[in-house]
Amino acid sequence: MREVDARGLSCPEPVMLTEDALKSGEMPVRVLVSEPHQRMNVEKYARDHGKKASSTETDDGFAVVIE
Amino acid sequence: MEKIRLTQFAKHGGCAAKIGPDTLSKVLGRLPKFSDQDLIVGFETSDDAAVYRITDEIAAIQTLDFFTPVVDDPYTFGQVAATNALSDVYAMGGEPKIALNIVCFPENVDPDVLGEILRGGADKVREAGAVLVGGHSIQDDVPKYGLSVMGLVHPDRVYKNYGCRAGDVLILTKQLGSGIVNTAVKAQMASEAAEREAIRVMTSLNRKAKETAQKFTVHACTDVTGFGLLGHCSEIASASGAVIEIGAGDIAFMEGAKEYAEMGLIPGGAYRNQRHVQNLLDPGTLEEVYVDLLSDPQTSGGLLFAVPADEAERMLEALERADLGTKVSVVGKVKESGTDHPRICLREKVSIR
Repeated sequence: MREVDARGLSCPEPVMLTEDALKSGEMPVRVLVSEPHQRMNVEKYARDHGKKASSTETDDGFAVVIE
Repeated sequence: MEKIRLTQFAKHGGCAAKIGPDTLSKVLGRLPKFSDQDLIVGFETSDDAAVYRITDEIAAIQTLDFFTPVVDDPYTFGQVAATNALSDVYAMGGEPKIALNIVCFPENVDPDVLGEILRGGADKVREAGAVLVGGHSIQDDVPKYGLSVMGLVHPDRVYKNYGCRAGDVLILTKQLGSGIVNTAVKAQMASEAAEREAIRVMTSLNRKAKETAQKFTVHACTDVTGFGLLGHCSEIASASGAVIEIGAGDIAFMEGAKEYAEMGLIPGGAYRNQRHVQNLLDPGTLEEVYVDLLSDPQTSGGLLFAVPADEAERMLEALERADLGTKVSVVGKVKESGTDHPRICLREKVSIR
């Protein structure tokens, strides 16, 4: 699984890093973000690109798994 | 001049940098209340500016607005920030008279960049017919620019953000989407056409819109900025005790805004705005992307007027003739007023007849 650490970054950086990861083609991708709205934006990006996205809460934010 | 990307200095740009409405209302609620018999508009109703009666014929409008860079080009940033600051005077029905610069600028950046920001601001103040007479500047790592503006208005013709009545039609004078498009620009995912349109909208003065509206009855007015259309409608609804219906299908959005919202290029402020209005909001069956678009924080957005239904058609025609350079839409109508349960109902279409 490819992991993207976007914790502490502000919008739109988590979406930009997600885009780079999806372009690499390696799946699934796990994106770590700090804020709830960043989780929602990453999920939206994934679904808009025909992928499934599910999130879990972590100690310091959220992990979005895209497959 | 040194070539720099101004938006790289700031975490949030433009009106998206505003402190959230929830936080603000908590903090402001603890401040002492001021009263003065000549204070026509204070901060209790979260209006756009303070208005103070000087004589029976003249009231002064005082406002202040500044923010971090929302675009990379310094001259354009100056224009956007000044257009936005001047807008608060128009939103109160007034005419800007005196402007002062507010500047924060890093010591290690080419001063010509600052010169361009100030030139952009000065050009907009001139276009507004006001005078720019100095200001205050400090050193700061993140550039910030804006204006304090004094304007004049007849005390009986002040536009307030409350007072809308059942049957009123809500008219917005600029298309929505600047927060989302600016986020897409920052992500380098926006088209050039979308970026150009956002800049054109953000640098369009609300002067002509206000001058046109003055020929009609206006029950309430505000400018749509950082709290998004939904946030500003909720202020109108709460202050007027109104139930407002918004028809998303008839609202003009900027090119690309819907596409970028679907891609998750949504500023954090949009989600904050949604949280702030959630107790008043009946989203109906409207698609989520429209809720995102309607809560998008606008930088230098348009004026939102509540006008009687029998004047709405003529006002729309007059705004069309005034050639604002932006898209005017009917965003909805006031279904009830004077209720203890203000609400905002989202619909696909709202019949204004």
